[in-house]
Amino acid sequence: MRGFIMTILPELYMLFFSIVFLFLSVGKRKADMFTWAKVLSLVGLVITLVSINGRGNLFYGAYRVDLFSQVFKAVFIYGFVFVIFMLGRKNEIEEGYLAEYFMFLGFSTLGLMMLVSSVELISIAISLEISSYSLYVIVPLRKGQTKIQLEAAMKYLFFGAISSGIMIYGMSYLYGMTQSTFLSRIIFVLPKFLDQPIGILAIILTLAGFFFKLSLFPFHFWAPDIYEGASNTTTTFIATVPKVAAAALLIRIVTMASSADPAFVSILIVLAALSMTFGNIVGLVQKDIKRLLGYSGIAHAGYLIMGILAMSRDGNAAAIYYMVVYLFMNLGVFYVVLLLSKSGENISLNDLSGLARRAPLLAFTLAVSAFSLAGIPPTGGFTGKLFLFTSAFKAGHLTIVIIGAVNTVISIFYYLNLVRMSYSKEAVTTEPISLSIHEKALCYVLIFLVLYLGVMPFGLMQLFRMAV
Amino acid sequence: MSDYLIMNPLNFPILSTAIFVPLVGALILLMVRNDKVVKGIAFTTGITNFLISLLLYVYFDPSTHLFQFGEFARWIPTYNINYILGIDGITIFLILLTTILAPMCVLCSWTAIESRVKEFMFCILIMESAMVGVFCALDFILFYIFWEAMLIPMYLLIAVWGGPNKDYASIKFFIYTLFGSVFLLVAIIAIYLATGSFNIPNAMFKDYSFNFQFWVFLAFAIAFAIKVPMFPFHTWLPAAHTEAPTAGSVFLASVLLKMGTYGFLRFCLPVTPKASLFFAPYMLVLSVIAIIYGGFICLSQTDMKKLIAYSSVAHMGFATLGIFSLTLFGLQGALLQMLNHGVTTGALFLCVGIVYERTHSREIYDNAGLGKIMPIYVGFFGLFSISSFAFPGTNNFVGELYILIGTFAHHKVVGFFAVVGAVLAAAYMLKLLKQIIWGREDKRPIKDMNIREIAYLIPLAVLVLWMGLFPAPFVHTIEKTITHLTSQMQVFFP
Repeated sequence: MRGFIMTILPELYMLFFSIVFLFLSVGKRKADMFTWAKVLSLVGLVITLVSINGRGNLFYGAYRVDLFSQVFKAVFIYGFVFVIFMLGRKNEIEEGYLAEYFMFLGFSTLGLMMLVSSVELISIAISLEISSYSLYVIVPLRKGQTKIQLEAAMKYLFFGAISSGIMIYGMSYLYGMTQSTFLSRIIFVLPKFLDQPIGILAIILTLAGFFFKLSLFPFHFWAPDIYEGASNTTTTFIATVPKVAAAALLIRIVTMASSADPAFVSILIVLAALSMTFGNIVGLVQKDIKRLLGYSGIAHAGYLIMGILAMSRDGNAAAIYYMVVYLFMNLGVFYVVLLLSKSGENISLNDLSGLARRAPLLAFTLAVSAFSLAGIPPTGGFTGKLFLFTSAFKAGHLTIVIIGAVNTVISIFYYLNLVRMSYSKEAVTTEPISLSIHEKALCYVLIFLVLYLGVMPFGLMQLFRMAV
Repeated sequence: MSDYLIMNPLNFPILSTAIFVPLVGALILLMVRNDKVVKGIAFTTGITNFLISLLLYVYFDPSTHLFQFGEFARWIPTYNINYILGIDGITIFLILLTTILAPMCVLCSWTAIESRVKEFMFCILIMESAMVGVFCALDFILFYIFWEAMLIPMYLLIAVWGGPNKDYASIKFFIYTLFGSVFLLVAIIAIYLATGSFNIPNAMFKDYSFNFQFWVFLAFAIAFAIKVPMFPFHTWLPAAHTEAPTAGSVFLASVLLKMGTYGFLRFCLPVTPKASLFFAPYMLVLSVIAIIYGGFICLSQTDMKKLIAYSSVAHMGFATLGIFSLTLFGLQGALLQMLNHGVTTGALFLCVGIVYERTHSREIYDNAGLGKIMPIYVGFFGLFSISSFAFPGTNNFVGELYILIGTFAHHKVVGFFAVVGAVLAAAYMLKLLKQIIWGREDKRPIKDMNIREIAYLIPLAVLVLWMGLFPAPFVHTIEKTITHLTSQMQVFFP
């Protein structure tokens, strides 16, 4: 029993975290939620890191705790802690809903943690829904009720529900063919069906749920609208942590098709190419930074697929590495957006003008993150892309490598625009933006992480190779 | 430890030091508030690094073609990426050129840059780090990281401290260069998959299939041709040069353009010799077009900086002409021409910067007739101008002579057109010089150069004459490497 609890300690802790806030939300006395959340999330970080060596098969083999899942849990909790720490200013969420907000963030992270440990179709579906439903609830929680976040919430719910439906439909095919819901069994039986259309169809449909989370073309429609409509913090979370989880599950499921015929890989190549090209080209004309990042996310989903379609250990490790880098570089840009937005409003490109004068540190954080998103050395974005390109090339998919390279050039236009606005445009208002000590510290941490991931990838890369 | 690298004879890692001293200097700058102190630290860092790199010249062994002062450390073992540094005859002078120009760039910005001095000096030092790194790196990924890392500070130099049209110029520069670089990256990955490592010397002189060489050469050539810049990829250059602050123009003209020709010498010829031979005629034609076209455009310029920028297109055309003549003389001349162009054009941009600080105009007319007002200045300017059109006794003469000898050996027609281009150079430079010295009669309250300005032009003037009158030490140092390169390439030629 004790061993059982120790293996799933991170999940239990996240449950505890959410329940604490459930009680705080019904209590009369409004405690200082921010401090509570920060302290509790840090404890969660420690617990997750400590239990990184946990191993075990639980619930009759439906739930597997291994290095792969534990590494991802650590990445989620990092993202979670960062998002909680970024939510320092009281301008994002109605204060009355703050406790609920933290509760649902906690539940969502819990769902993602369960997701990466699930190795059985029904557990996967349930974990995914735990995570998604929490997010459906927090999208409309934005200070100053307008229609835009309600619209975003509805869209998110509908698109989410439809893609979940498609996913479960695909799972039913998998079950129908293999007579099992356990991935270990499916992997064993499925190859027989992979040369038939139904096998490919089943896997692609099953992947739809994760393509949705990842906002991969053609499941990307929600991303820009939800990014724009949800509060800045919520967007920060939605744009980062769930995508990492989606990448994890993609890797798990695609390994089932490792002996797949070229048709499956071709479908992935086409999706990746369309996704990055579409995301980058539409990104060019965006004015709202969050919308811009929405399209950038679509493009990055395409890059990520490059690692997965290589169907190799290196490719998967590269994909995980890229997701980790993606997490931190996105956090960097979003943090600048959060700090720039005085009353929780959206930030447009023009609001950036003169940023280098008003807040040099913010401008620098933005520049490092944007260059990383574009994939310029010595940032993590470059190193991640290098690994992705190399593994895709190694698997013989030169076409997608060239498409990826061309896309890098297209995307530089709008990433550079972020830097250009903040460095070479004169400010409309010149009042400096004052940052508190811990806001500055967080900026430095993000800059450091993005550069560190660029220059010193070996330790993590080794870990990921062991994990996949 | 390996067959291509002679380990460092000194008891400290000199190449790493040369790369990271400016970086450390830049980081120190971040903690300083006073602008004067910032400039002082930046200058000291530059000079220190120059002295360190002088050690390279002192201990350089010209009797071998191997890479010297080698350093090796494992970096990303999973992908066989290593931290390998080493220099040979091709790079030694390019590094010296970089390190001597860096303190000059600090000096020439002493009063010209008034806002955000700290950030400016930070960018200059980071640039220096990356540029030295590019020339030292013997691992493709390391090379690529330095190569791209230059982009960001250079972009900022133009975008923040540039002229009125800086927005357009900086974006154009960035996107053009990045466009070339991504294909370079794809080519690098292709070579990695063919050889199993990112090691540059290991990739040289392997018998790859012609098809492989063909595509790798094309990917390389796009990246390097944009950087050189060769016709028709040159359009970013006038915009970037014109809008950049003086220090930025100097770095661009003197070092960044050399990276393109360096790339041809270091990667295209040794890695893809067959394809180089195949493409050589096309490259020769493009070079000649650049020489003639650059010359004609220069004739019609009224903006001093633009004129010098276009003259760079023509001069670099000579360098690529030398490289793709694929002869010993041509290659030596190309390398000399790279150095000469770095010294001369860098000096000319510094000169333009000096008058710009006084008249706040780059128009030739506004700066005309300085002969009586600024005699010292005109002396220097005259020297650099005549060196620019390869007047005998100046450095460019030696380089162009070598190149023309190399070219005439096999391609008489091409050589003929190149000579026409050389005459054009004399025409536009003399026209400029005439305007600057005698163009106007009226007296204007302009002061002549001060000690600081003379101080940073003198070393360049000395180099111009030294390399022109006594080029033996330079030729001697690069000879072995180039001879080895040509002899190795002969193996692959039918």
